[in-house]
Amino acid sequence: MGKLIVSLSPHAHGTDSVERNMYGVIIALLPALIVSFFYFGIGSLVVCAASVVSCVFFEWLINRFVLKSDRLTVCDGSAILTGLLLGFNLPSNLPVWIIVLGALVAIGVAKMTFGGLGCNVFNPALVGRCFLLVSFPAQMTSWPVVGQLGSYLDAETGATPLSLMKTAIKTGDASVLNDLPDSLHLLLGNNAMGGAGTIGEVCALALIIGLVYMLWKKIITWHIPVSIIATVFVVSGLLHLANPVYADPVAVVLSGGLMLGAIFMATDYVTSPMTHKGQLIYGVAIGLLTVLIRNWGSYPEGMSFAILIMNAFTPLINTYVKPKRFGEVLQK
Amino acid sequence: MKKLESSLTNMVVVLVAVAVITGGLLAWVNNFTAEPIRVQKELVLAEGIKSVMGVDDITVTEKDTITENVDGKDCEFVLHKVSDATGKFIGAAVESSSMGFGGDLKLLVGFDAEGKVLGYTVLQHSETPGLGAKADKWFQKDGKGNIIGRDLSDGKPLVVDKDGGDVDAITASTITTRAFLKAVNQAYAVYAGQDADASSGASKRAHSGEE
Amino acid sequence: MNCFKILMNGIVKENPTFVLLLGMCPTLATTTSAVNGMSMGLATMFVLICSNLAISLIKSLTPDMVRIPVFVVVIASFVTILQMCLEAYLPSINKSLGIYIPLIVVNCIILGRAEAFACKNGPVASLFDGIGIGLGFTLALTVLGMVRELLGAGSVFGVVLLPETYNVLLFVLPPGAFITLGFLIAIVNKFKKA
Repeated sequence: MGKLIVSLSPHAHGTDSVERNMYGVIIALLPALIVSFFYFGIGSLVVCAASVVSCVFFEWLINRFVLKSDRLTVCDGSAILTGLLLGFNLPSNLPVWIIVLGALVAIGVAKMTFGGLGCNVFNPALVGRCFLLVSFPAQMTSWPVVGQLGSYLDAETGATPLSLMKTAIKTGDASVLNDLPDSLHLLLGNNAMGGAGTIGEVCALALIIGLVYMLWKKIITWHIPVSIIATVFVVSGLLHLANPVYADPVAVVLSGGLMLGAIFMATDYVTSPMTHKGQLIYGVAIGLLTVLIRNWGSYPEGMSFAILIMNAFTPLINTYVKPKRFGEVLQK
Repeated sequence: MKKLESSLTNMVVVLVAVAVITGGLLAWVNNFTAEPIRVQKELVLAEGIKSVMGVDDITVTEKDTITENVDGKDCEFVLHKVSDATGKFIGAAVESSSMGFGGDLKLLVGFDAEGKVLGYTVLQHSETPGLGAKADKWFQKDGKGNIIGRDLSDGKPLVVDKDGGDVDAITASTITTRAFLKAVNQAYAVYAGQDADASSGASKRAHSGEE
Repeated sequence: MNCFKILMNGIVKENPTFVLLLGMCPTLATTTSAVNGMSMGLATMFVLICSNLAISLIKSLTPDMVRIPVFVVVIASFVTILQMCLEAYLPSINKSLGIYIPLIVVNCIILGRAEAFACKNGPVASLFDGIGIGLGFTLALTVLGMVRELLGAGSVFGVVLLPETYNVLLFVLPPGAFITLGFLIAIVNKFKKA
């Protein structure tokens, strides 16, 4: 940098850095990655690897030839993390060229056009996923059933718990919900019931282990994940009590991308509010939007759209919910 | 030339003059386009009926609007009875609708005298692009869920494969497929003079039998 | 004024879409295919030329205080004439452009050119300004439509170039319009700077 930074003492140096946090999140994602390999086999590995490699490649390419910057941002782990999260949001039978396209949009459109890490308004991995979901709806919504370890493109597909919930609401027929895997299976990964889903969302327990690790390492605070999950639980609980067509709240919280989104996507440093109070507002709003989209929107999953919508509100939240200045006197 | 002053008389005179001139112009254009516009509108419906009946040389002998009560809601069906050039009755094109994934799904379905599906066209839909929106090709003769030529007169409605029937569902859009088939079944029920609700009830029974 | 200069001004220097960012509503909504984009551009160009010419002819007869209502009436009647003619003779274009034909009335390019150019210049210059701006708009919409159609539907002007598997649906949907327009403006700016 070559710049002299002048600041007030004391000059205590923390060990906190972009690299430490990025790799910390990646470590927290490992349990889910291992579980997904166990459930989806070779497909999950191919998808995640393709996604990570192409994200890192596009980050390097754009930095080197379009932005012509000499800062090496490839090594800070943010592109690897984006790639991994994007891969986690895809079905394990997606062809590689679609994944590469998703990575190009995630890194090229959502991150680098805004100026790279720290400047992006929206979570790059989610932009990539939503781009693919809207562009290739047929491929992006045929989810392979778990337990086909050797297959990739030819995997059998099935209905996700969320599409069953949607069917129940659309047809007004609560008996469809009997096909839902029970909550223990949703928690552990719904293999026994022939359930299906994206790579990362298949096992809620592995994601919760990741959450505990990140809380322990102080990479994130509890505010965002807990407020999202609690809001979804309470609102869908009320709906369930009012009308059994809406699925039971435990199943709602454990199925789909909710855990993945609440723990790993909504907590992205760049695109979430800075203060704890702001984070609570952000989390509750994401929870409400998710329930709204899941139950009354045209897509079965609303998590990614809810997070993206609230990403857009983050600057506004930051403007109005400011931390108290140190030493400020309470107004009477 | 100097600009006209903004006095009240000037403004009123100019506005009235402009309105009169443009009004006259519009009336003149309307005068010679009215006839072609009427012909075009009729042509659109006639083309639709021709395409679903699969015959070019036809005349619509009778147009009926029938209101039936389906699932507690009043639905409107329009029946166009069709004869060929020699005046022989060949069937009817029925406008039918049902609730799809994103909103109303409106179809025009053609049946021959025996109750076989001759063809269909989607008049209006709000299904997801790339998924349910494929319905306009999916059930045609070269589509995967071909329903053309299916005989509905034996009392068995069309049912999607997921509900135990034999019509292939559109990839990842079972709800749209169900809505589409329901609209076709209702159209046939109206055509055959049955109660439209009974046929959709039958498709529902087939569905719950599968569970 | 030099007529050629006026013409090029509309196409390059003051291109309504890429430089002035005017008339965004039809630009984003109707460019789902190259044909749609081009027909929207041509329809707007027709109204623009007629209204520019008419307004420059009646400009000295129009009192200043009622000039906007007069312009709007003139523009609206040309749009209505256009719509009736399309409905009668080109029903397929009328159907695919739908509500956006009557909405040409409120297209800010047309009222903007009437205010900025036609009511200050003579009929010949106004005619060329209408042609120039109209061509610029048509060109921009056609390019936008071509890119979106190629990426989203795999074809250009209906000629299929890519198999259906490789169609990126997003580009024929509204978000694709914004993204494509953004990148096209960036490319145009890059070339203008160079």
